[in-house]
Amino acid sequence: MRFLATGLLAASLALAGTAQAQQKPGELTVAMTQFPSTLNPHIDSMLAKTIVLHMTQRPLTTYDEKWQAICLLCTELPTIENGKAVPVDLPEGKKGVKVTYTIHPKATWGDGTPVTTKDVLFTYEVGKNPDTGVANMEQFREIVGIEVKDDKTFTVTKDKLKFTYNLMNDFRLLPAHIESANFNPAQAAEYKKRTAFDTATTNPGLFFGPYKIAEIVTSSHVAFEPNPTWFGEPAKFKRIVFKVIENTAAMEANLLSGSVDYIMGELGITIDQGIAFQKRNPDKYNYDFKPGLVYEHIDLNLDNPLLKDKRVRQALLLAINRDQIVQQLFEGKQPVAHTNINPLDWIYDKDVKTYRTDQKKAAELLDAAGFNVMKEGYRHNAAGDRLRFELMTTAGNRSRELVQQVLQSQWKSVGVEIVIKNEPARVFFGETTKERKYTGMALFAWISSPENVPLTILSSKHIPTKENNWAGQNYTGYKNPEMDTLLEAIEVELDKGKRLALWTKFQAIYAEDLPVLPLFFRAEPFIVPKWLKGIVPTGHQYGTTMWSQNWAAN
Amino acid sequence: MTRFLSIRFLQAAIVVLVMSFVVYGLIGLMPGDPIDIMLSGDPNMTSADAARLRAVYGLDRPLFERYLGWLGGAVGGDFGYSRQHHQPVLTIVLPRLLNTLYLMIFAFLISVAVAIPAGVYAARHPRSLVDQAINLFCFAGISLPVFFLALLLIILFAVVLRVLPAGGMTTVGESSFGDRVRHLVLPVATLTIANIAQVTRYVRSGMIEVLREDYIRTARAKGADENRVVWRHALRNAMIPTVTIMALECGTLLSGALITETMFSYLGMGKLIFDSILANDFNVALIGLLFACSVTLLLNLVADVLYAALDPRISYR
Repeated sequence: MRFLATGLLAASLALAGTAQAQQKPGELTVAMTQFPSTLNPHIDSMLAKTIVLHMTQRPLTTYDEKWQAICLLCTELPTIENGKAVPVDLPEGKKGVKVTYTIHPKATWGDGTPVTTKDVLFTYEVGKNPDTGVANMEQFREIVGIEVKDDKTFTVTKDKLKFTYNLMNDFRLLPAHIESANFNPAQAAEYKKRTAFDTATTNPGLFFGPYKIAEIVTSSHVAFEPNPTWFGEPAKFKRIVFKVIENTAAMEANLLSGSVDYIMGELGITIDQGIAFQKRNPDKYNYDFKPGLVYEHIDLNLDNPLLKDKRVRQALLLAINRDQIVQQLFEGKQPVAHTNINPLDWIYDKDVKTYRTDQKKAAELLDAAGFNVMKEGYRHNAAGDRLRFELMTTAGNRSRELVQQVLQSQWKSVGVEIVIKNEPARVFFGETTKERKYTGMALFAWISSPENVPLTILSSKHIPTKENNWAGQNYTGYKNPEMDTLLEAIEVELDKGKRLALWTKFQAIYAEDLPVLPLFFRAEPFIVPKWLKGIVPTGHQYGTTMWSQNWAAN
Repeated sequence: MTRFLSIRFLQAAIVVLVMSFVVYGLIGLMPGDPIDIMLSGDPNMTSADAARLRAVYGLDRPLFERYLGWLGGAVGGDFGYSRQHHQPVLTIVLPRLLNTLYLMIFAFLISVAVAIPAGVYAARHPRSLVDQAINLFCFAGISLPVFFLALLLIILFAVVLRVLPAGGMTTVGESSFGDRVRHLVLPVATLTIANIAQVTRYVRSGMIEVLREDYIRTARAKGADENRVVWRHALRNAMIPTVTIMALECGTLLSGALITETMFSYLGMGKLIFDSILANDFNVALIGLLFACSVTLLLNLVADVLYAALDPRISYR
């Protein structure tokens, strides 16, 4: 079917001679594959929502395109050095921190109401109420209290002095002057139904970013217009429309027909489709394949007796040719991963142990692990057990299914049998990985922020079990006391030099133990019309729309 | 007839009630619940948080108890709240139902308007050049995947000729009747082509069989006008199985136009039901499926009534 679609799209090449012209002056139509379930900044965690909200709001802090922490709504990033962050001793011997932020003096909601500390206190009140069910409870739980100095300045006391002490990337303000009428602390669970972000979405008082929402049709599109109260660089477009087209083949056709101008990388077509589209239309658009922090890997169930043996895990990685996969399937646009740390992250250790393809060494390791009898083309141990694993992933994800087939064939060449068993994402993530029901390997991706401490993924305290209500993301069941200590040490190490040394050690343990098999970091294809300037892919979850005020027609 | 209709409505109500329980139970058996989805989005959520939120949203109660709670609300006109869209269910479902009805009605009417004359013509001139052309169209229409046909139409009319929009319900910022119709053309054409092919085949085979019957020969021998013989005597009899098929097809269109809706970003019921099942949006999935079930039952009832209109020998008491 896919070949048919590709063939059809290729047939449209006849039209692809010249660059696509801007359809309507002052307007931009952007394609994305998902519609946000809500626009309330604290309900549900969803990329589509984040992308839309970044057009209309700004968090206090974020990471820029160089992956450096910066202030957006605040005036200056608080640090211990500039005196705006002060370590404090808290009861029970805890070491906390007081961090003082000043909201930009010109920050004003779209209806003319200034953005003030009242909004900060209200947001905190909503988020800390356990019944509200906000998407990121931890950021509110770690706040001990907020003291207000004046309308624009406030001090947050956090219960732990982490190296990320000055970041409040997900602390997005709720407009107290509108939302306080919708939030009753005694009925906090009802807030989801009452929030003006979903019941009165075009109210300009909900937004203070460069654009405000002018029109919204559920599951269809969101239209933005410039927000006159925005305090930063003025918005350049009179109107921007985010149009939802879930089918990516239809999305390509929409782009070629001029129905949409630009396909965003964050929620657009897949890498293989992007590469094929570029080949068919090399001169019509600008292309940017930005590798980022989406880490494609294979989780190994370490309760499986075969996978408990480190030699087997190492042999599995040595037996596959990830460079070849990346070259042949993705034209080298996705960097091979050696650990979960992206080479673009400053903590990346370029000398980390790598596993270049070496099937001879893989065979030796498997022999040493007892699987030295070849029968019917597969390895067996002395007891006659075959070296066989189930490899699962999300059904329907073409890129992953392609990778899966190549891996199956590469492992077969060293005598490892792989049985592919895929499930819909709903089942795969809803039960199989979460409840650790996969028996061998699970291929999927993690998305993180720069310098992310994978505590919930690698700490032995975060292994999901029935007893802990399946909380935690350590789906492999990895237990290493040294890693546990290291993760906790990294989190609270403020000195960059010392932290780098800890990260180097972390990567060494990760590469040696291989609780997961690293594959590559996903790249996102941005297909940008030649007349559109200012799109700067970041590679992390704080994407291009955070700087939408810079988007302009050439 | 009144008694017949009353009994059928009562039967339909019982079927809908049973279906509501079955669908509720099936969705409940699917892995994960809304709190599990929150857990996957917030790795730091504790087991205590999850347990408390399950209690707050009533997800800790047994499935049957939750179903009875839902049923009580539904009887009182409260169909619940969409977890995925954060709006009351009917606010989500009714516009989608309306959109699908537009699609369904246009597709149905055009299919019937084209398929019946084509089927009749093909049956009256079997193995003629036109019959072979109609057969070729029918086989192509039946065997062409909807996804491929939709893409073909998009590329031809939106990319190459640029005379029709590639998708969506309306042009953003414009809501005229003409604009709406332009956006309906390609999805309706996609559904219609497949439908025409199927209905034409049924009409053709039904007509070929009926045209061989003795009463047709008798009518002709009596000197009846050929048009009267074909359209009044033959077609009415040939239509009985076709009406059944068309009634079922219409029901399928209500919830089964998923691919067409996805390809054209058309906001219909099929996509809504599919997405709500994947997103564990109990209330929307349930109401969507029940609407689909009710419409199918209703259309079958209409088909039964039409049998009597088509064939006076059939009567209901």
